[in-house]
Amino acid sequence: MSREADRRETPEGTTGEGRPASGTATERSPWFLPLIYVGGSIFGLGLAVSGMARPEIVLDFLQFEDFGLLFVMGGAAVVTGIVFTVATRYLDRAPLTGDAYTRRLKSFDRNVVVGGAIFGVGWGLSGICPGAAYASVGIGNYPVLLAIAGMFLGAYAHGYWRSRHTNETEQTAEAVSE
Amino acid sequence: MTEPSTLIQLAALGDLFPRGVLPYLVGGLLVGAGAAVIYLATGIIAGASTFLESTLSYVSDVPRFNRLKYVSSRGWRVVFTVGIVSGAALYAFVLNPSSWSVAAPTDVQWWRLLGGGFLVGVGTRLGKGCTSGHGVCGMGSLSNTSFVNVATFLAVAVGTAQLVAAVGVAP
Repeated sequence: MSREADRRETPEGTTGEGRPASGTATERSPWFLPLIYVGGSIFGLGLAVSGMARPEIVLDFLQFEDFGLLFVMGGAAVVTGIVFTVATRYLDRAPLTGDAYTRRLKSFDRNVVVGGAIFGVGWGLSGICPGAAYASVGIGNYPVLLAIAGMFLGAYAHGYWRSRHTNETEQTAEAVSE
Repeated sequence: MTEPSTLIQLAALGDLFPRGVLPYLVGGLLVGAGAAVIYLATGIIAGASTFLESTLSYVSDVPRFNRLKYVSSRGWRVVFTVGIVSGAALYAFVLNPSSWSVAAPTDVQWWRLLGGGFLVGVGTRLGKGCTSGHGVCGMGSLSNTSFVNVATFLAVAVGTAQLVAAVGVAP
C-alpha cells in the first residue's frame, strides 16, 4: 500500500515522465545498499582518475587550457546513453527494486536556464561541482569541504525560499513539459 | 599530407590536451560505469546533487526537504555519496598515492570555493540537476532539458572563469 502511494506521488518537475521517489520499494533486496555503495565507489574512482576532484583541472578547461573535461563528460554520457537505451528497450525490471527502467527526462521551464546559469557562475568561480566535491574529500583535498559547506548553504537557501514562495506561478511554470 | 603539417597537427593536439587524453577518457568511462551499475541493478538514475537536499531533511523542518521523494531516498543517497568518497580514496591510497592531496591541497582561494559552492548549491537545485544529473545521465537520456541546462552552465562557467582570470585572480 505504501509502495503504491510512493509510485503515485508525482514530484514537481517530473510530472508524468520521471520516476517518483526512486528506490522506495518496501520489498527492497538486501543487496540494495551494498550495490549503491559499489556503484558510488566506481563513480568516485572515475572522478578521481579523471582529475575532476582537483578544481584546477576544471578551471584549466574553462580557461581553454586543457580540453580533457570533454572526454570525461562525453565518455560518461556515452556509457549511460548506451545502457539507458538497451535497458529501456530490452530489459524488463531492475532486479533489486522491481522498478521499470526509464530515461532521465525532466520538464523544461525557465528555472532550468536560470538554475543552469547560477550553477555556471558557481562552477566557473570554484571549479567544483557536487560529485567532484565528494571525490575531492576522498583524495584528501580538504579545502573543498568549504565548497561542500557552500553547496549545503545554497541548497538550504533555495529550499527555504521555494518553501516560502510555493504559489500558483510555480505550479503553472512547472507544468510545461519537454 | 606532408610530414611537417602532421607534426603541426600533433603539436596542436598536445596544446589542447597538455595532460593527455587517457586519464580523462578512462575516468569518464568509469563515471558512466558507476551510474550504469546502479541503474541496471535498481533502475535508479543517480545524480550527486539531490543528496544536498535529501540530507537537509535530517536536520531541517523546511517542507521542501521533507517531501516524500527526498525522505524516502535520503538513506541510499548518503550511501551513494559515501561510495563516491571511498572510490576516490581508493584511488589516492592504493592506485595512485601521488594523488593524495593533504600535503598539497588546492590553491583555489577559499572565497571562490565557498561562494562558488553556494551558487552551485542554489543553481543545481533550481535547475533540477548538476554535472552528473543533467551532464551525464540527462544527456545520456537525450533529454532536451538537459542539453539546454548543460549548454547554459558551460557557457556561463567559461565566461565566469575567464573573467575571474582576466581581473587577475589566480588561482
